[in-house]
Amino acid sequence: MTRRKRTARLILGLLTFLVLLAFAFPFVWMLLASFKTQSQIMSTDQLLSFKPTLANYTSVFGEHDFLGYMINSLIVGVGSTAFALLLGLPAAYAIARYHLHRLGLVILVARIIPGITFLIPWFILFSQVKLVDTYTALILSHMLVGLPFIIWIMISFFEALPKEIEEAGLIDGCNRHQVFLRVILPISGPGMITASLLSFIFSWNNFMFSIILSGEKTKPLPVAVFNFMSYAEINWGALMAAACIITLPVLIIALLAQRYVVNGLAAGAVKG
Amino acid sequence: MPYKWFDRNLKWIYVLPAVAFVLIMMLFPILYTVRISFFEWSMSAITPPKWVGLDNYLSLLRDERFWRATRSTLYFTVVALVIEVVLGVAIAVLLSREFRGKNLVKTVFLLPMVATPVAMGLVWLLIYEPTIGAANLLLESIGLKPLLWLASPVQAIPSLIVVDVWQWTPMIALIVMAGLATIPSEPYEAADVDGAGRWRKFTAITLPLLKPTILVAAMLRLIDVLKTFDIIYATTQGGPNLATETLNIYGYVLGFQYFKLGTASALLVLFFALVMGLTLLLVWLRKRVEGQYD
Repeated sequence: MTRRKRTARLILGLLTFLVLLAFAFPFVWMLLASFKTQSQIMSTDQLLSFKPTLANYTSVFGEHDFLGYMINSLIVGVGSTAFALLLGLPAAYAIARYHLHRLGLVILVARIIPGITFLIPWFILFSQVKLVDTYTALILSHMLVGLPFIIWIMISFFEALPKEIEEAGLIDGCNRHQVFLRVILPISGPGMITASLLSFIFSWNNFMFSIILSGEKTKPLPVAVFNFMSYAEINWGALMAAACIITLPVLIIALLAQRYVVNGLAAGAVKG
Repeated sequence: MPYKWFDRNLKWIYVLPAVAFVLIMMLFPILYTVRISFFEWSMSAITPPKWVGLDNYLSLLRDERFWRATRSTLYFTVVALVIEVVLGVAIAVLLSREFRGKNLVKTVFLLPMVATPVAMGLVWLLIYEPTIGAANLLLESIGLKPLLWLASPVQAIPSLIVVDVWQWTPMIALIVMAGLATIPSEPYEAADVDGAGRWRKFTAITLPLLKPTILVAAMLRLIDVLKTFDIIYATTQGGPNLATETLNIYGYVLGFQYFKLGTASALLVLFFALVMGLTLLLVWLRKRVEGQYD
C-alpha cells in the first residue's frame, strides 16, 4: 500500500470515528448525568469519574407515578398499533392487489398535513363527548399517525408477494377472504413486524397529541417528563433518569429489530 | 350467495374501514378548521361562535408576530434541510466503503431518529445550559468564548437547527446509502479507464445518479422539518422573546393558551397551504429531474 493511500485511509477512519462520536454523544451524556447527584452535575471537574448514585431513579419511581405513566404509554401504544393493523392490513392488501393507488394516496396525505390542524377540532369534539383524558381519545389520535405508515409499508410488502401463492389457495377451494386470512397473513410476518414496531415507536414518542388530549388519568411518558420541567429549579439528574427510562425501550426495540426499522424508515423513500 | 357477494366486493369491504376512519378523523377536522377560521370563538359554552368573515385572516396578515413566526419557520426549515442533505450525502459516501465496525456505526445512526424527541430535547437543554453544559465546556477546552445557546434570541434557532441536524441527518444518510447500493459499477470502471480522480467520479457519476434519491429524501424531510414541534416546545416553548416561535408553535399557543380558536384556525389553514405548496414544489422539481432521464 502506498503512503498516500495509507494516509487517506487514516483520515477516513478518523472522520468516521468523529461522526460516530458526535451522534452518540447526547446518549452518553444523558446516561452519565442520570447517575450523578445535582452537585456532581453542577461541578465541571467530575465529568467522567464520579461516584454513581441510583438516587435519581428511585426518586423518579418513588416521588412520581412513573410506573403509571409507563403503563399509560404502553396501553396507548399497543392499542393504537393493534387497531391500526386491524384497519390497515386489509386496506393495504386491497390497494396492492386491486391497484387502488389513488386511495393509497388519500391515506398518505395524512402524513403531509400538519398534525396540529386536526388538534383543535379533535379537542372541541372530544371535550363535548367527554372523551378528553381517556385512552379512547389518545388511541384514536395516535392511530392517525400509525395507520398511514402501516398501510404504506404493507402495500409494498403485499405487492412483492408472488401471485401464485394466492392462486394456489383459490384452487384449493378457499374464497378470497379466506386466502387473505389463511394464506397471505401467515407469511406476512416480517412486514407486519416492521409496520407494528414503527407504529408503536411513533405512538410511544408522540407528544403533541398527547399533551392536549391526555390528563391526570391517562398521562403518557413524554407529557409526564415534560411536566417535570415546570418545577422552579430543574433537577437535572432526575430529569435525565426520566429521559433514559423513556428512551430505553425504544432504543432496545431499534437495536433488536434494526433491520426491520431501517427497512420501514426507508420504505417511503425507496418507493417514492 | 352472500359469500359470492362478499367475495366480489372484497376490495371495497377491505378498504372501507380504513378510508372511513381517515375521513372521519382527518377530513372532518380539516373542514371544521376551515369553517371555524371564519368565526370568533374562545370555546365558551355561553358565547356561541360569531361570524367574522375574513377578519381572522386579515388580522393575522397585520400581525407582526405571525410574520416573525413565518420567517422563523422558513429560516429553520431551509438551513436545517440544506445542512442535513449535504451532511447526509457526505456521511453516506464516507460509510459506503467496507470497514470493520460498519454495523455498529449504522446502529448508532439509527438511535437519534427513534429516541423520544421530548426526552432528547431535554438532554440538549442540559448540553446547552450555559454554565454546566457540555457545549460550553467543549468551546472553552479549545480556547473559545462560551455562548448563550438557547438562552440567546440570536443563537436559539441555530442551536435548535443543530438538534434537528443531529436527529435527522442519519435518515438522509441511510436513504442515500440505500441509493448508493443500487448504482452499477460499470460507469466507475469506465471512469477509471479515463483516469478520472475521486472527486471527478463523485460529481460526474455518483451525484447525477443519486439525484432522484436525494430529492425524495429531501422531500420527506421537508414535510417534517416544517412541522417540527417537539424539540422546540420541549426546550424553549418559542422563547426567548419569541425567537424560536415557528408557525406550528404560534398556532398551538393561539389555540391552546389564548383560546383564540378562530385566529388559530386561520393560521393553521395558511400553514397547511405553505406545507402543501412547498411539497408540491419539490414534487414538481423531482418530476423535472426524472424527466431528464426519459
